[in-house]
Amino acid sequence: MLAMTVVMPLLVVFSGWMQTENVIWEHLAQTVLSDLLKNTAWLLLGVGIGVTILGVGLAWLTAKCEFPGRRYFDWALMLPLAVPAYVMAFVALGLMDFTGPVQTALRQLLGQNNFWFPEVRSTGGVVTVMTLVLYPYVYMLARSSFITQGNSTVEAARILGLNAWAAFFRISIPTARPAIVAGLSLALMETLADFGTVAIFNYDTFTTAIYKAWFGLFNLQAASQLASFLLILVVIALTAERNLRGKAKYHEATRSSRVHRYQLTGWHRWAAVLTASTILLIAFVVPVIQLGLWAWGVLSEDMDVRYVSMLTNTLMLGGMAAVITVIGAMILAFTRRSHDDLVVRSSVNIATLGYALPGSVLAVGIMLTFASMDNVLLTMARLIGWQSPGQILTGSVFALVIAYVVRFLAVAYGPIDSGLGRIRASIAEAARGLGSSPAATLWRIYLPLLRPGLFTAALLVLVDVMKEMPATMLLRPFGWDTLAVRIYEMTSEGEWERAALPAITLILVGLIPVIVLVRRSSKH
Amino acid sequence: MPEILKIHSIRCGYEDSVVVNDFTLNFRETTQNCLLGPSGCGKTTVLRAIAGFEPITSGEIILDGRVISSKDIMIPPEQRGIGMVFQDYALFPHLSVAENVAFGIRKLSKKNQQKVVHEMMELVGLEECVDRYPHELSGGQQQRVAVARALAPEPPLLLMDEPFSNLDNDLRERLALDIREILRQRRTTTLFVTHDQDEAFVIGEHVAVMNEGSIMQWDMPYNLYHEPANRFVADFIGQGRLIDGVLASHESVQTSLGLLAGNRSYEWPPETRVDVLLRPDDVLLDVEEGMSCLITDRHFKGAQIMYTLRTPGGDELLSLVPSHLDINIGQKVKVGVDAEHLIVFRQ
Repeated sequence: MLAMTVVMPLLVVFSGWMQTENVIWEHLAQTVLSDLLKNTAWLLLGVGIGVTILGVGLAWLTAKCEFPGRRYFDWALMLPLAVPAYVMAFVALGLMDFTGPVQTALRQLLGQNNFWFPEVRSTGGVVTVMTLVLYPYVYMLARSSFITQGNSTVEAARILGLNAWAAFFRISIPTARPAIVAGLSLALMETLADFGTVAIFNYDTFTTAIYKAWFGLFNLQAASQLASFLLILVVIALTAERNLRGKAKYHEATRSSRVHRYQLTGWHRWAAVLTASTILLIAFVVPVIQLGLWAWGVLSEDMDVRYVSMLTNTLMLGGMAAVITVIGAMILAFTRRSHDDLVVRSSVNIATLGYALPGSVLAVGIMLTFASMDNVLLTMARLIGWQSPGQILTGSVFALVIAYVVRFLAVAYGPIDSGLGRIRASIAEAARGLGSSPAATLWRIYLPLLRPGLFTAALLVLVDVMKEMPATMLLRPFGWDTLAVRIYEMTSEGEWERAALPAITLILVGLIPVIVLVRRSSKH
Repeated sequence: MPEILKIHSIRCGYEDSVVVNDFTLNFRETTQNCLLGPSGCGKTTVLRAIAGFEPITSGEIILDGRVISSKDIMIPPEQRGIGMVFQDYALFPHLSVAENVAFGIRKLSKKNQQKVVHEMMELVGLEECVDRYPHELSGGQQQRVAVARALAPEPPLLLMDEPFSNLDNDLRERLALDIREILRQRRTTTLFVTHDQDEAFVIGEHVAVMNEGSIMQWDMPYNLYHEPANRFVADFIGQGRLIDGVLASHESVQTSLGLLAGNRSYEWPPETRVDVLLRPDDVLLDVEEGMSCLITDRHFKGAQIMYTLRTPGGDELLSLVPSHLDINIGQKVKVGVDAEHLIVFRQ
């Protein structure tokens, strides 16, 4: 049933091809499609290289080397995870634009137009911004892999004649490869799904094209055709990732031993400190300070009833989605545990695929599904002689919440499933043996033991929903604003200051799960 | 034969915790040597200093006439040409067995590499496993691959860090014997670290007993057992108990078991208070004439039984006797001592 909820929108997206509106499709194919593909390819390539270098390099530095402040950088370098990419994007624009503080200062220093400055609204600009917010995925996974792989294989390679660098490339990196690839594919999926950043940079990709087809041309068919293209890209990425991981299972055979860190000396240590703090400064400290300054400037005007209603809208949506998603994920996890057959397993796999679906694709799919369901409902309503308002499901909060549930089911499933995996079957059997019914066992045994997992799951969904932009933009009921929507509206008019208050709110909320993650990883 | 490794008065450790202090050890080519000591005694640190993973703060390590470590010199591990077998084997999980073994000989031509790999796999008896990956092997097989990998470049010195500690008892003994055979056959100079004296005695022709960062005794296994140089070695090697005694002359000691004498004389004057080491095989039970002692415990070991006894003077003794001599706890028995090497320490 839950798997169906995910599959329906997907099928519907592809059904867009059945009623081909040739005129528009030809128009699309001739004009934009090649550009879209080219832009997307460059973006993926740039972000892929960027996050791999930054993520792996920093992970190696904090996991394998000792330098002043290493213990702080260790967790601080995960902080950029709390910054939504589109927030980073508009802060970068605001800072680096022609009228922004950086160029203004340079002009005053060097005189009018006496210097070359890179164009911010460019492929390089988008890639840089996305790299800075997405590298923590690679960083976190590579770091824990470097820590658990221990030091003895590297030492074995050294004693067999490799120098430190060769040992790093021939032993450490291949051993950490599954982790690096996993982090990289997460980052690339986020890149494919991203709408806010590319919209702010006016960099046309599939997500912005879907949005334009929908709101600019009011053409759901064109939108769904574009969405299916994007979907194919995601499926390719996903299959590649699964295959790579499948082959790489043997990597987990390593046992961990104590961590031995290279003691950096002389200029090396200061170079390490400088690198780590520069990244941290650009990716987190400067944006947050700039946002703080902007938000402070408009605090008196913007901290009004509207802001409060946006905040409550956002929290309400997030809360609803979190509760429903967690319940759904629990059902999945329990079903998987009690009937572990092929059907159940593949349904679970399908149901948790939603995370890979870009929000815009999902929105198109759900919109089309609900529109057709509406037609049926309306016909039925008319049959029983009831005058209805014209649409029931379409454009309701319900549609939006369903979209969130589909998209973030996997996010909630992860922590719940691993929490459930730690509860041995004999514990539940003991409870049953002591006379407790299945329902009572759930209530008295599973729920208390699962509480940390449930909490993490709900928290992750809540924060992800609050940051989610494309699906919200497309599916929200008219006039129903959330923080993310507000940021989009303000930034599309170039009013960086007015976008700062909701942005900093999102960052503060986004910090909570990052802190949870950091504390958990420090326990290991 | 020339001395291949000279460790001269080295010191390792950090500011406030010195792990190894004034450690000196030399040994010759083609010998199998062992560092034996309780955990935390610094034996692994010495091994890692030789391999080039730990710096030393004074003294020097000389391999084949070349200073490889000193206060100012630290040749990186990859330029030392030493072989090492790690405690967790440290096989490269992403490489096949053949690729693991060939890792240290990649400067050879492909053909020669194959030849060496084949020869090594034959040596350790794993010809059929060349194309497998480390996770597909059992612990004992992984261990053999680790030895093959370390031996492939024909290192002048092979270091082994507790190589059998991750294996179960049965396998451990068999593998230790196999490895000894390989090392002796190839005349590989070896330094082997362990906390297990059985392993040490199987592999080591010479064994250094270590405690708290320095060497307590450097000797052949037979001497370590029968002529321990100090109380620590006496206690650490083998079983036995120390009982009170007073020197009666330069050759004999008065104890609660009567007057004891071995084949040696002691330098201290008569009337000196001493501790006498009695091994379980020195203490005989049910003899014609002797002191009557109480059996307080017995431990059946199949062919033999280990008895714990109390002398009238209150000293505790261990005695290992063939198991057809069956005595119950609480009974008394006449005890005699037959100690050729009667070891005595001054109190």
